[in-house]
Amino acid sequence: MTVPLLDATGLVKTYALPRTAFQPARRLTAVAHVDLSLARGATLGLVGESGCGKSTLARLLLRLTPPSAGRIVFDDQDITNLAEASLRPLRRRLQLVHQNPSAALDPRLTAAAAVAEPLVVQRLARGTELSDRVAQLFAEVGLGPEFLRRYPHELSGGQKQRVCIARALAPEPQLLVLDEPTSALDVSVQAQILDMLAELRARRGLTYLFISHNLAVVRQVCAEVAVMYLGRIVEQGSAEQVLGAPRHPYTQALLASVPRLTAGAVPPATPSEPPNPAALPSGCTFHPRCRRAELSCHTGNPPPLVEGLACPPVALSICQTRA
Amino acid sequence: MSLLEIRDYRLAFDTFDGTLHVLDGIDLSLEAGETLGIVGETGCGKSVLARSLLRLNEAPPARVVSGAILFEGQDVLSLPEKAMRRLRGRRIAMVFQDPASYLNPLLAIGTQMEDAIRGQEAALGQARRPHRAIRSQAAELLASVGLAEPQRLLASHPHQLSGGMRQRVLIAMALAGSPTLLVADEPTTALDVTVQAQVLALIAGLVAERGLALMLISHDLGVVAASCARVAVMYAGTVVEEASTAQLLANPRHPYAQGLIAAVPDLDNPAHKPRGIPGSIPNLMTPPTGCRFHPRCALASEICCSIKPALREIAPAHGVACHHATP
Amino acid sequence: MAASRRMRLAAWHFRRSFASSLGLGLVTAIVLLALLGPWIVPYPDHAAGSVNLTGKLQSPSAAHWFGTDEVGNDILTRVIIGARLSLLVGIGITFAAAAIGVPLGILAGTAGGRVREVIMRLTDLFLSVPGLVLAIALVAALGPGIVNAMIALVLVWWPGYVRLAESKALSIREEPFIESARVAGAPSLRILWRHVLPNSISPIIVKMSMDIGQAILAVASLGFIGLGAKPPTPEWGAMISIARSYLPDWWWYAIYPGAFIYASVLGFNLLGDGLRDILDPRSHRG
Repeated sequence: MTVPLLDATGLVKTYALPRTAFQPARRLTAVAHVDLSLARGATLGLVGESGCGKSTLARLLLRLTPPSAGRIVFDDQDITNLAEASLRPLRRRLQLVHQNPSAALDPRLTAAAAVAEPLVVQRLARGTELSDRVAQLFAEVGLGPEFLRRYPHELSGGQKQRVCIARALAPEPQLLVLDEPTSALDVSVQAQILDMLAELRARRGLTYLFISHNLAVVRQVCAEVAVMYLGRIVEQGSAEQVLGAPRHPYTQALLASVPRLTAGAVPPATPSEPPNPAALPSGCTFHPRCRRAELSCHTGNPPPLVEGLACPPVALSICQTRA
Repeated sequence: MSLLEIRDYRLAFDTFDGTLHVLDGIDLSLEAGETLGIVGETGCGKSVLARSLLRLNEAPPARVVSGAILFEGQDVLSLPEKAMRRLRGRRIAMVFQDPASYLNPLLAIGTQMEDAIRGQEAALGQARRPHRAIRSQAAELLASVGLAEPQRLLASHPHQLSGGMRQRVLIAMALAGSPTLLVADEPTTALDVTVQAQVLALIAGLVAERGLALMLISHDLGVVAASCARVAVMYAGTVVEEASTAQLLANPRHPYAQGLIAAVPDLDNPAHKPRGIPGSIPNLMTPPTGCRFHPRCALASEICCSIKPALREIAPAHGVACHHATP
Repeated sequence: MAASRRMRLAAWHFRRSFASSLGLGLVTAIVLLALLGPWIVPYPDHAAGSVNLTGKLQSPSAAHWFGTDEVGNDILTRVIIGARLSLLVGIGITFAAAAIGVPLGILAGTAGGRVREVIMRLTDLFLSVPGLVLAIALVAALGPGIVNAMIALVLVWWPGYVRLAESKALSIREEPFIESARVAGAPSLRILWRHVLPNSISPIIVKMSMDIGQAILAVASLGFIGLGAKPPTPEWGAMISIARSYLPDWWWYAIYPGAFIYASVLGFNLLGDGLRDILDPRSHRG
């Protein structure tokens, strides 16, 4: 069995909430006991709504912030507690594309300067070699040479995102974390960017961790999907299985909520809203909103992920139907 | 007489770099109790159009070039400011995209709702009602938008509420004046998809129950399809196609509308590969002559570059602005 | 931003705003006077203070546009030479205070934690003492003279820059493009120098231009109470200090230096306002 490119076990990230005079110090658990494994060349989609912890998880995997507990192994190297200085050379191989391309580009740098930055910082190229490589990267993302000297405010959303992607590709990474890369773009531009990402992945043999709240996009791009709710993975598996025949009640609710291109079909509403992450319900954190909640869901620890599903009542009923 | 009629409305923005021709001859109408969706991408002018209904675009740099916006027979563009204030919130109410920005973080919800209700009182020249009456009306409004424990909510501050709850509060404030037209500009874009479903259900319920006319603006075709009986597709300041939602989704006739629908990824059918539209939106300072979509259109011909196509009815209640669309 | 567009944008803003144009005009006039001073004054030797008691305290006339002072020096000459002094002093103080305060502020904002605590507490310490009082105390300790007055004022003013730079750096630090730089592997120093500093500079430039006017006023105030420039240096504040005893009969002695102080402070304030409008990115879309 080949070694996965990225293997994270038992990841936890908690934040201390500012204390007030009358309350004890509370902790907010952004990510709770997440196990994640990425094979080389895989495309894993991480879906969930705001507050589910997917962005925090991405930043843990990129070691932009240290985990409160757990272990991260990248390409057979334990990076859990490495210091910033030791991480720096590794950063070549792990890159990030942000959600909002306007905010992800320094307004005072030209597009070419932005793309050159990783090469300069990692001392990968200088002088004419540097400008050649930058020009090549621009061509690779479909931007002509006239874009080299433009500033971010002179570019459209799609063009800015291409610049960000070129910048992420500059140090020749192995893993690309894409945090909602097309959420801020028009749908007609989104299709072009997604195509380009697929092509780049094939050509460069990249591994993608694709974070999105847009299930349709994830289904297009990813072979595997993990669904997160309040810091935990509640369902995980192949894209056809999770998005085509979901088992967890939350995944089912998510899929049912997406408006389809059918006239007059108002999507069914899931009751209430995600709770305050600092004051989570006991037992399974989804139980207040769950159609299938049983008594056992209200108490004890949140259910662990078993065969890609963190929901005992559903798992039990599947077992029973099989029996 | 239609509730709302927009006739050949043209609007420009005079900026430092030049004049942006933002809206170029919009013709739309909306009957009482009807739901109309306006869908389009960045730069199509849909938000500017929505704001024009209440004259919310700042007068310089915005400049009305020509046209009229008739609401209940009166031209909104030429009303005096006092009459405009009576219209805002009372007859036409608006809900915007980001609920957090539209609520004052320092004031309690109750205070803000009272301000809205009192504002309506003043605009109508009614006598001041006692505080308790206002408070109970506020609580009723919150209950009508599906918020539990309205009394407790009145005492809370915006940061204590979630995004979905804030948007409901804004909808409640919008309904304070019993409007006949509700304009919602990307009301669910900033919300999670499960919360979005709740808010869309709420809007649909309110529209049915109160007989409101609804104009819903979104870049998300799915949202518009779910909430509106009719849809108008906008591109670069013009309406390119207008039809019933079912008609548009089944049989789009304008190349841009077709491209837009083809670009949306289908959750239930991953085999359908979304296709982008080549090219990019035009520079509104120097928009293309003739049909504004022609530089990106596969069907573009001589006539497309010179004459701007008018919105023609090619089937009952189905208008298309394209020289190549025949009935 | 492309440099040429920025110039055009600046010109457009100034044309639109009378106040900003006035500010620019006043500042340009002061700068020209300072630059050309020694060559355009009618009585160059009066600048250093020659004594000519026969021509003392003459009212404004064709020969002496601003009249003469109590030792017979031409006031116009001394006011113009004073412009050069005031401008240099104002610029010197402002730049020195910024040179100390801005790097400390950016460091505090970007580094956070202990470093920030130490820097901000030190800044608070200096800020709690009333400015002019501290300046007076310092000058009293170091002795009067314009250089000491400048040192005192720099020590009073650098904390203001720390605060401004720190708050701007704090907000820039959260921007995704800073995170992108970290992901690219950029070391903190580079992020500070190449990303945080250039994006924090706009409010600092606005503050600096306004501060030049305030610095001129502050030095004049110190000069007025005798703790700044020593006579016969033609410093505006010092001139007014002496002129005080000759009011109201020989009004021209106090009025002209006073008017020039007023004009400089006004000019720099208005210019600062104008610069803020130009540098504020939101106004670029207008």
